[in-house]
Amino acid sequence: MKRIATILLAAALSSCSGGNRDVTTLTVATVNNSDMVRLKGLSSAFTKAHPNIRLNWVTLEENVLRQRVTTDVATRGGQFDVITIGSYEVPIWAQRRWLLGMDDLGPSYRADDLLPAIRDALSAKGVLYAAPINGEGSFTMYRTDLFAKAKLVMPQHPSWDFIATAAKKLNDPAHGVYGICLRGKAGWGENMATIVAMSNSFGARLFDEHWRPQFDTPEWKRTLSVYVDLARNAGPPGMIANGFNESLALYAAGKCAIWFDSTVAAPFVTDPKTSVVADKTGFAAAPDAGLGRTANWLWTWALAIPASTTKAKAAKSFVAWATGPDYAKLVAGRFGWAAAPPGTRTSLYANPAYRKAAPFAEATLEAIGAADTHHPTVKPVPYVGVQYAAIPEFQGLGTEVGQQFSGAVAGTMTVDQALDAAQTSSKRQMAAASRQ
Amino acid sequence: MSPTIGKTGAARLNSVGRLMLVPSVGALLTWMVIPLAITIWLSFQDYRLLDADQRHFAGLANYRGLFADPAFAGAILNTLLLILFVLAATIFGGILIALLVEAARIGRSLLRVLIISPFFVMPGVSALLWKNLLMQPISGLLGWLGGLIGLAPFDWFARQPLLSVSIIVAWEWLPFAALVFLTALQSFDAEQKEAAQLDGASGLSMFRYLTLPHLARSITIVIMMETIFLLSIFAEIFVTTGGGPGTATTNVAYLIYTRALLQYDVGAASAAGVVAVVIANVIAFLFARAVGRSLDS
Repeated sequence: MKRIATILLAAALSSCSGGNRDVTTLTVATVNNSDMVRLKGLSSAFTKAHPNIRLNWVTLEENVLRQRVTTDVATRGGQFDVITIGSYEVPIWAQRRWLLGMDDLGPSYRADDLLPAIRDALSAKGVLYAAPINGEGSFTMYRTDLFAKAKLVMPQHPSWDFIATAAKKLNDPAHGVYGICLRGKAGWGENMATIVAMSNSFGARLFDEHWRPQFDTPEWKRTLSVYVDLARNAGPPGMIANGFNESLALYAAGKCAIWFDSTVAAPFVTDPKTSVVADKTGFAAAPDAGLGRTANWLWTWALAIPASTTKAKAAKSFVAWATGPDYAKLVAGRFGWAAAPPGTRTSLYANPAYRKAAPFAEATLEAIGAADTHHPTVKPVPYVGVQYAAIPEFQGLGTEVGQQFSGAVAGTMTVDQALDAAQTSSKRQMAAASRQ
Repeated sequence: MSPTIGKTGAARLNSVGRLMLVPSVGALLTWMVIPLAITIWLSFQDYRLLDADQRHFAGLANYRGLFADPAFAGAILNTLLLILFVLAATIFGGILIALLVEAARIGRSLLRVLIISPFFVMPGVSALLWKNLLMQPISGLLGWLGGLIGLAPFDWFARQPLLSVSIIVAWEWLPFAALVFLTALQSFDAEQKEAAQLDGASGLSMFRYLTLPHLARSITIVIMMETIFLLSIFAEIFVTTGGGPGTATTNVAYLIYTRALLQYDVGAASAAGVVAVVIANVIAFLFARAVGRSLDS
């Protein structure tokens, strides 16, 4: 008995101190979108080149990911070595020194190749804090066949007036086609992304220079009236349950004449395997209201390294590989150029092979370039962010306000009541957070 | 107890028995008391996860904020309405299904398996099923069925959000209720039934004066069990309406979630949690008394 125990103990000890002493295991938290799932699938190419690094993937849905990562980083839990965050988190977390700087990813990373708007969105005080996987803006997708049939011509830069007229004209519920699809599901990253981006084009802002919520202004009234009017008169029934994915399903099934949403939808709606309207889709810029700002937004999913990690060196070499220029070539080699992660690098858009494979390339590039996270709207704002304000309070506030707005679409409140409620709840939350 | 052990022996055995229970009772208490104590302590802190350095004692501020929050009263009302609707639907529907299955001559065990199956579908999955396959106004089955008889698609989650969520939850709990009632019906004395039939009692009065009183205990059990679980309904709301439109489907559990995980306000979420525990205890106490009384009678 004793002998067996000794043998077992020896075996256990030797396996602890044995050959894999130099192996570093990185825990990578990521979101379950297609670009990240592909990255996970291709990561064996990285581990083959780096035999002393192992990857432990934690793939989660966006909201869950955000909660897990935020609580872990805020409490310095140290569960993750590489995290996937968005442009919302970067300025807030960088200020709290929760992230490691990314300015030393090596010459082959070519940080100067990043699109300026994206690089800027992931930087604080000139230092890059996260490396982008993909980037997106917003634009207008529309059905060229329906427009031709109704003798309408979509301008390259449509106005909200035109969109509203066209949507109402093309709305044909009897034949299962609705004038316009918009995000209606409550949430700061769902309907609020659409509505806040719209509000910028109508000259509204979330807060004034003294952090006072602005939902009681005429600009906001105009924004919400246009949105609610579009939703109720030309939108599909059930819109308050539609987020990005639901809208994508509707559009790809040929049920929307116009769809204003993210540029990341383009590869799916132009792929005949996933869309019945692949060859009937046109792209135009995000609409405006003649005030010099389009309803553009800017978002990017990026890899960052929490300051609490003890494996910074290995983590950086992984991030440099996963977001570097050669990764797009790896994806293109396996899945074709149209599948390359969009919206992060100038070189991708200069590549003729990509241009040829992706009819949406120009529109995407223009949409991303049209957003400025520091000057999102006509009037000056104290916050960073286009369709959000990069302050910790915004997630809760945005979601609560998004709920009020979905109430206006559902008809349980009027536009005025919804704006009143939004103003009251955001004032309460800002006061509770002692920003006022 | 064996007669050879005297009265004092029995007492000693009793106390030894009690002593042996100490570890498990102790573990259980720690298990319950420590999290509750931490929650109560946190509820008096101004503790925001994203500004953890600013953490300080806040007195009753979190509770004041909670009661001043216009969403809070609505959340309690929604919680109660949800419970009432689901209880009503599951008890009526459950009795009906139990009677039908009881009356079935063949394939009763297969029917029982079919009936219980929705209970094993995860809440999130059944919410998705209902939201995307059944209640979706454009592509959903209900909209299609309505279309056959010329009805315009009904936008469930916009027009009747709380009712829609209640329907989903009721669908999940109906099997549980039906199974409990079916078991009760099967223990029903056949001779009594025959006697009533010989006396010329109608089916309706047999149900009213024999079956229903026989089911009374199972009904109270179903009410109590379901209430405990329905107080914390979350996944169905999260998946379908996200607490909206407006705050039409925000119940207490969902409110706590928005405070804790959308606003990262640990203090406010703990305060809401403590209040939810108090409410749950009050309701459980009332029901337990009601059940006790019905069992006595």
